[in-house]
Amino acid sequence: MSTMENAPLLTVEQLVVEYPSKKFRAKPFRALTDINISIGRGETLGLVGESGSGKTTLGRAILGLAPVTAGKISFEGKDISHATRKDRRVLSRELQVVFQDPYTSLNPALEIGDILAEPLGVQGMEAAQAKKRVKELLDQVGLPSDAINRLPREFSGGQRQRVAIARALALSPKLIVCDEPVSALDLSTQARVLDLFLQIQKDTGVSYLFVSHDLDVVRHISHRVAVMYHGEIVEQGPAGVVTTDPDHPYTQRLLLASPVPDPDRQEQRRADRHRLLEAQRMQHEQAGVPA
Amino acid sequence: MSDSLETAAAAAPVPAASPVQSGTGQSGTVVRSTVIRRLFRNPLGIAAIAILTVIAVLAILAPVLAPFDQNYANIAKTLAAPDSVNILGTDSAGRDVWSRLLFGAQLTLLSALLCAGVAIAIGLPAGLIAGYYAGKFEAASNWVVGILMSLPGLIVLLTIRAAFGPSVWMSMIAFGVLISPSYFRLTRTAVQSVRNELYVDAARVSGLSDLSIIARHIFSVVRAPIIIQTAAIAGVAIAIQSGLEFLGLGDPTKATWGVMLSEGFKNVYLNPTLLFWPALAMALTIGGLVLLGNALRDALEDGEKINHRKKKAAPEGTTAAPAAVRTSRKPVATVVAGTEHHLVKVTNLGVGYPQADGSIKKVVDDVSFHVDRGEILGIVGESGSGKSQTAFSILGLLPDNARIVGGSIQFDGNYTVAPGDERVSQERLSKLRGKRISYIPQEPMSNLDPAFTIGYQLVTPMVRVLGISKAEARKRALKLLTDVGIANPDRTFNAYPHEVSGGMAQRVLIAGAISCEPDLVIADEPTTALDVTVQADVLDLLRELQQRLNIGVILVTHNFGVVADLCDRVAVMQNGRLVEEGSVRDILRNPQEPYTQTLLASMLEGKEPMSTLVSTLQKEPVA
Repeated sequence: MSTMENAPLLTVEQLVVEYPSKKFRAKPFRALTDINISIGRGETLGLVGESGSGKTTLGRAILGLAPVTAGKISFEGKDISHATRKDRRVLSRELQVVFQDPYTSLNPALEIGDILAEPLGVQGMEAAQAKKRVKELLDQVGLPSDAINRLPREFSGGQRQRVAIARALALSPKLIVCDEPVSALDLSTQARVLDLFLQIQKDTGVSYLFVSHDLDVVRHISHRVAVMYHGEIVEQGPAGVVTTDPDHPYTQRLLLASPVPDPDRQEQRRADRHRLLEAQRMQHEQAGVPA
Repeated sequence: MSDSLETAAAAAPVPAASPVQSGTGQSGTVVRSTVIRRLFRNPLGIAAIAILTVIAVLAILAPVLAPFDQNYANIAKTLAAPDSVNILGTDSAGRDVWSRLLFGAQLTLLSALLCAGVAIAIGLPAGLIAGYYAGKFEAASNWVVGILMSLPGLIVLLTIRAAFGPSVWMSMIAFGVLISPSYFRLTRTAVQSVRNELYVDAARVSGLSDLSIIARHIFSVVRAPIIIQTAAIAGVAIAIQSGLEFLGLGDPTKATWGVMLSEGFKNVYLNPTLLFWPALAMALTIGGLVLLGNALRDALEDGEKINHRKKKAAPEGTTAAPAAVRTSRKPVATVVAGTEHHLVKVTNLGVGYPQADGSIKKVVDDVSFHVDRGEILGIVGESGSGKSQTAFSILGLLPDNARIVGGSIQFDGNYTVAPGDERVSQERLSKLRGKRISYIPQEPMSNLDPAFTIGYQLVTPMVRVLGISKAEARKRALKLLTDVGIANPDRTFNAYPHEVSGGMAQRVLIAGAISCEPDLVIADEPTTALDVTVQADVLDLLRELQQRLNIGVILVTHNFGVVADLCDRVAVMQNGRLVEEGSVRDILRNPQEPYTQTLLASMLEGKEPMSTLVSTLQKEPVA
């Protein structure tokens, strides 16, 4: 095995993302501070955090949709922090995305076939060949092949998310950034879509950066988990450890805040949470920091 | 005639105002065919298209149809009455009115098209670029637009005429430039609304160039509004051009409707019909254009309405006819003795929406449950299961077109929906709502009015419902804010909704819900929009308040964790029906119905990571 194959697929080093402030001469808004992550081949890194923690911004920075202020993002050893549109076109074969909201991530005016053929066309694939590939993709995500001539609004949320996954898979990428891909879905649909993600990984060896606010989802699908809080990664490690026995006080709070579907165990968890909050408050007071 | 002009003027701004929203999702080949079909189903649309088609055909065939050249003058026969040669008579120079009307149509329509064409050629690309890229180009073009819009149009047109002579074309090009900001603004707004849509991001990730993104994903959004706008602009262009010519500023060597109108006006006492024919032609054309614009807009908006309804309605079958519903309603129980002690009792409730074909689509079907004081009932289900519709019928907040198709609702021993009622009685409910029944919504931010302070929004209902003074209401509001765990109630009281976080806003809404000491609180997904840690705090708050005030709570949610945390009893809903009801421990530990079992099996908690959740990857049926 060559060293190239052991090297991580994606590394992010000391990444900083800042958005210029609208106010004149005000300090820019810092969305991400000193982010260091890496994703290996066939690996899933779960990224968990609350709204505004910067987890979505990290995904967007990797995709070139958010400005990189400092630091470095490398994909297969190449620096892609400031890739041009032309570089991105080449990169799109390897790096793809599934967004959260299946209702706005598909152009309502285009038929499913056209949506799926778009990335293929950009890469210069011929129409007939593209159509064949589109059929394969629909089959892969469990949609009927007559979906080609339908519009997105004729599908349910879960089916639309399948279309979005198929679009991401079109060019057989090596890494898919999944930005809350199951958050807008119903429980049973979420289960089916998670199954699909796992199945695809098993079949194609694709890597995922899986962004979610739901610790249960992240625990289920990830090999490793990174926890984000206020634009920083506060904890990172194997999924089993981070999601069951976390070190960082925020992750501990997050874990105990998520309710379990059993009244008695939930009562227990509630009590644990109150004890934890109390303990953390005491620690803060001792450290002289107001809670 | 003047009537049609008036309606034209009144209706003109409407198509320009609304197309932005209606444009989304309504273009594309498949959708457009249905838009055209809807257009043809609208009598006004058909009339407008018929009128415009006839006028356009007459204009195109003018050289064939017209018996004379537009300027052929028969001095011997001036101001003649209609006869077999000159079917509409002749004017003061002996020219044939019918022929001039036809050639005039040609010139008038072409110049209107030229004007719209110029305006689109300038406004559309500029609007696309400004909307998509924003930045400096947008800033600069906004300046230009500001200048163009502040120019006095008529004076500019008069100056153009003075400089370039009486050319219809010149004045219409100039007017096109003057009116291009309306296209610019329309396009820019439409583009801005989709610029940050995720599908545009997805296209960027796919490596599409900006040009392809604009052509494929952005242009389709502005296409429909542009067509509607053009109908209006063409009408305005005809009016402006004819107005100039009527003032005598037209080209006298060319026959246009405005020139004819001016002619006719001079001879109005000798032969008033000379005035009538061009005026009629103009009224028909402008009216037709405006009606076409309106019909187009209606066709596009109709599509939205149907989509909307589809989304709301649960996927269960449609009942045959209202008559069948009425018969099925008979066996409903009357006020059963011994049920008065229930705080709320819903019996065999059915809620439906009448469809265009006369049938009623049921979204809630035969649902029965009750809630007692001091009890929390969870209603669990997936989207479209009818859980929110059930909650809204207890609150009396169903949309206007909703019908109660069966069953009854009683609150504290009295019917709010008696058996046989078609609608929720607002008269009976408005006495209860806010006072005895209150509501905690899902989206805290959209349920606070951004224009008023939080304090104002808490105090006003208390003053109205409880009839207490403002000062006392303020005192109570501050106490409530403290009760719901807000650390600095004074600051929150004086804050506007955008100044507080989502969790804080939900606390404020909970404070509002309990402010009038209700007996029943209906909470519709109260924590779904909140972060998990905030959710835990809000759940703690709800539990504490419910126990302290001994109120009944109906908690609508999709989250079994929330159910386990709060509820005493659970009702599981699917496709508008209640599939299972029981105590929280029974349902969560020993679900009897396969659907409940499937739902619980989909929970990730306690599952082996990376295991398959659904035994077989079923293909979902395509809706």
